[in-house]
Amino acid sequence: MTRRDVVITGIGLVSSLGEGPDAHWAALNNGAKPVVDAASFAPFPVHPLPALSLDAQIPKKGDQRQMEPWQRLGTYAAGLAIDHAGARGLVSDMHLVVAAGGGERDVAVDEAVTAALTSAAPGASGPLLNEKLATELRPTLFLAQLSNLLAGNISIVHGVTGSSRTLMGEEEAAADAIRIAAARLAEGRGEIALVGGAFASQRWDMVLLYAPGGVLWQGDYAPISARGDAGGLMLGAMAAFLVLETTEHAQARGAKALARIGGIASDAAHQRAGGGSAAAATALWQGMAGSSAGLGVISGMTGVAEARVEEEAFLATLGSVPLRRSGSVLGHGVEASFPANVALAALALSQNGFYPKMDPADAGDGAVERILVTGFGQWRGEALALLEKAP
Amino acid sequence: MKDHLGRPLVAVTGIGLVSPLGWGLEKNWAALLAGTSGITRIRRFATDHLKTTMAGTVDLPEEVAGAEPVPAPVRVERMAAAAIAEALAKAGMKEGAFDGPLMLGMPPVEMEWPQRVALARRAGGNGHAALSVASIGQRDLYETFLYGGVGERLALRFGTKGAPIAITTACATGASAIQLGVEAIQRGEAKSVIALGTDGSVQPEAVIRFSLLSALSSRNEDPTKASRPFEKSRDGFVMSEGAAALILEDFEHARARGATIIGLVRGCGERADNFHRTRSNPDGSSIIGAMKNALADAGLQPGDIGYVNAHGTSTPENDKMEALGLRAVFGEAPPPISSNKSMIGHTLSAAGAIEAAFSLLTLRDQILPPTINHVEPDPTLGLDVVPNEARRVSGLRHVLSNSFGFGGQNVCLVLSAAP
Repeated sequence: MTRRDVVITGIGLVSSLGEGPDAHWAALNNGAKPVVDAASFAPFPVHPLPALSLDAQIPKKGDQRQMEPWQRLGTYAAGLAIDHAGARGLVSDMHLVVAAGGGERDVAVDEAVTAALTSAAPGASGPLLNEKLATELRPTLFLAQLSNLLAGNISIVHGVTGSSRTLMGEEEAAADAIRIAAARLAEGRGEIALVGGAFASQRWDMVLLYAPGGVLWQGDYAPISARGDAGGLMLGAMAAFLVLETTEHAQARGAKALARIGGIASDAAHQRAGGGSAAAATALWQGMAGSSAGLGVISGMTGVAEARVEEEAFLATLGSVPLRRSGSVLGHGVEASFPANVALAALALSQNGFYPKMDPADAGDGAVERILVTGFGQWRGEALALLEKAP
Repeated sequence: MKDHLGRPLVAVTGIGLVSPLGWGLEKNWAALLAGTSGITRIRRFATDHLKTTMAGTVDLPEEVAGAEPVPAPVRVERMAAAAIAEALAKAGMKEGAFDGPLMLGMPPVEMEWPQRVALARRAGGNGHAALSVASIGQRDLYETFLYGGVGERLALRFGTKGAPIAITTACATGASAIQLGVEAIQRGEAKSVIALGTDGSVQPEAVIRFSLLSALSSRNEDPTKASRPFEKSRDGFVMSEGAAALILEDFEHARARGATIIGLVRGCGERADNFHRTRSNPDGSSIIGAMKNALADAGLQPGDIGYVNAHGTSTPENDKMEALGLRAVFGEAPPPISSNKSMIGHTLSAAGAIEAAFSLLTLRDQILPPTINHVEPDPTLGLDVVPNEARRVSGLRHVLSNSFGFGGQNVCLVLSAAP
């Protein structure tokens, strides 16, 4: 089977810094300070969502009402990517792969039902739970809760119907979403694909999912390198979708390629600490026949200590290459982080530049010809993507 | 041996299955051919105030012995592990060092009410801030409910290679997992793959949510009669649980090691719908497209398909649309079509894999499983649904298995007899 080159022709990017590649390029090059809300979800600080002009991408109010913030954010960013690629006319045969987390719960209902259950007499809680849920749950919210309904909404709102797949599994799911979408194009299953993820940081249900792991940073903002031995991640609102295309297809329709996907690979070491995770990443890098010449790194470092130690061990094997920890500015967007970092890499390559330091520990400057994006998951998963200048 | 597009043929060399009809493939198949229903009254939790009080359930041994019900991810993982272990044994492979990836079709999972209430008690408050702070350090909660948790533990136990892939496409999930596996073999990424679908979502909130969408049958009086795909008085689907795992192998790889080839996954087709969150486009275009794409991928014509394993949920809408789609693809005399869901209910994320497994046994044994509870045909559908009794056939070579999901994600598989 012949392998075809795959390029990125569209970026839909939203973070606490704003929306769109131009805004991110400008903000990051002008030393933008992290946007932080340390109060609303105390003791856990988050990077909040910027104001979005939803009507521009989700014109029907009825569609907006069928979604909660996470799905709206993702659907919005997916539309930005399609527009950026000039691919509105290609959506019917566009393939879709989304990396999704859990959909939104109704936090007020959850708290009210919890209160009722904790004070219920023994034996009464089962019937009481049924009664409360049957009367208080909004039927449409179920659809906002299904993980695959972000993809469903992208199909409905933007008409993307080539195929639709939703991967689950936190950071790793997003890397595999891009890997699989690119592999399918490379082998001739379609010409154009939309892939990415979204994360709404201002959600208590997400805080409650990650808090038990002890992985959430508490208190005031600190850059990743200043989070000490215990470490921790700060949730960051983020959505990133990429339009991937075969080079021939992009050229034939006169679309500008922002970057070429030079390689993308993933693994999941079961025993992470003590070098397991670093060894897995090193093997991936060797499998990509990677070289440090002209290389820059955009690290998806979450701030979680165990992953950070392993990633630093891997990065040390690359020698002194320019390194940027985007999470220190944008926070950690779980399923959205890897696509966002790939988007930032493609953006930099298309601008023939790189970014100033994002974290006090970031090092290195100089011309960057290729960018390695790392994704060490907060618990499991090692992923690498190598982006090259477009042909 | 290559297919019509020069890709490696994908063989199935092992199958494992769990459903409300029991643990184990052959036991399930015998019950299915006998027209046995696995649907019962829900005993797992109180059903007061519920519109629907029956389901298909798979209880774990400790639950049967009286333990508290486990949360969905634990049930999902245990059924998956049982199905994989059975499939590996059938394939003549040892556990622990599988030479290929894991493609895991599973439902979204989340913290459930018992965990939430326990946290609230510990926190002495009901707010999310209090619960979150009280939860810090409870790694078991974190690792149980993270989406990557089930895949990580299965990958560890069975020694699969690479990152486990967990996929959800609603009711098409099991078929999507198989499709991911087939593609990995076709592109030469792997010689063998474990592909499975698993679901264990019968808990109060899930039942209530599907009820609120008016998707469930409320024919509670006789649970065994509630699932009536393609029948005139059908009134909704019946939630159920189960898992099926398939060992997919490059045909040459399987033959070289002398494995028994149960059948082939000859083609996969998908098409997304952009019409509505829970309904197909009234013109049926996306389900028709998915069926046609599967046939084209398999290099077959509609006339080559001898039987269709239906999505057949027993909702008024699905069965009507599926019949419409079938006519559009096969013309006025479509092949026989039956719904396993008449007996085991709708196993949701597992359904596509379970039904692919039964389709392979249909080919192996040349016998079509029935659609039970077929009392009065729906005259608007006009299908041969293999009513009520299994049917012996001969010369059956190719089966189409349909899976259509909420959210518009449609996947069809073509399963074929071993060459």
